[in-house]
Amino acid sequence: MKNPADKKKKQKRKMGKDIIFLVFTLLVLVILLSIFPQKQRIVIITMRKFFIEMISILPAITVLIGLFSVFVPKEMVVKYLSKTAGIKAILLGIVIGALPTGPLYVAFPIASALLKKGARISCIIAFLSAWACIKIPQEMVELQFLGLKFMAARLTLTIIFVVIMGIFIEQLIEWSEKNRQIEGGKDDKDI
Amino acid sequence: MSDTAILINIFALGCLIFAFLKDRAKTKQALIIAVKSFFNILPTVIIIIILIGLLLGFVPQQQISRVVGEQAGFLGILAVAFLGSILHIPSLISFPLAAALLKSGASTTSVAVFITTLTMIGMVTLPLEIKELGRKMALLRNGISFVIAILIGLIIGIIL
Repeated sequence: MKNPADKKKKQKRKMGKDIIFLVFTLLVLVILLSIFPQKQRIVIITMRKFFIEMISILPAITVLIGLFSVFVPKEMVVKYLSKTAGIKAILLGIVIGALPTGPLYVAFPIASALLKKGARISCIIAFLSAWACIKIPQEMVELQFLGLKFMAARLTLTIIFVVIMGIFIEQLIEWSEKNRQIEGGKDDKDI
Repeated sequence: MSDTAILINIFALGCLIFAFLKDRAKTKQALIIAVKSFFNILPTVIIIIILIGLLLGFVPQQQISRVVGEQAGFLGILAVAFLGSILHIPSLISFPLAAALLKSGASTTSVAVFITTLTMIGMVTLPLEIKELGRKMALLRNGISFVIAILIGLIIGIIL
């Protein structure tokens, strides 16, 4: 079970670390720019441009993060994914993996629960990969900075390869498990 | 504001209105989370913007393109893939960094490889993944993702 007080403390400590880093980079910036004043113009223009690009979408992105984290509870993920099979399971894994928010390590316990509930391995792999790299708020940032063409190409390719990887890993693990049963565990080769 | 930014804001606003009509209490909770995560990520965003400014201001373009550009070849791509696997930075800020690298001479391939390895592979979180999913599955997923990331990058380099 989660301990909210503990989580808060951790968050605060992370925030403190971030601010120390920020002060440090600011210092480096000020020192470098005072040593090389001829670089001031380009550095400041670049920073201003990227800052405007970022700040014009950041509130929208965090609103999306907030909405997804409240409206897509983790229990829902497990409920939907533990019951489907076949290629449908893989595609559903991708769609559902793309919805909730949070870093990848949040998804491992969910994937583990899915595994125990008997979900397909291909579905779990698809779910984890989608969680890692097809988050909707995250994709908005990719759209903003790298453009529609890049985003669409990368997403399409990722989905194709993730489906193949899911099926491949599932076959491999099932095959090696079968082998192990036949050989009675005497030759325990891990791939 | 760029067209894309306006579109993203309209999309978020649409989601917000839809959520508000569906469940007011939950939407309020979501907005509290939104404000919190905004201020949580803000220092990191400013750090990455400073780094981008320094990168574009101080590192010559030929240098960047020699390391991660067209001339870097396959070895350069491999290096980028390793870097992406080891680094543990939020994907949200990896995109502006990628855009900056792209602008200063990095190839589309290395940028795509960087983003894909960064998001899909986690060396830092690998022990946890092994604990939760078993050694075989965790190593296979990370290992194959590494190969996939390079393939995706190479294909993107060809088609874009």
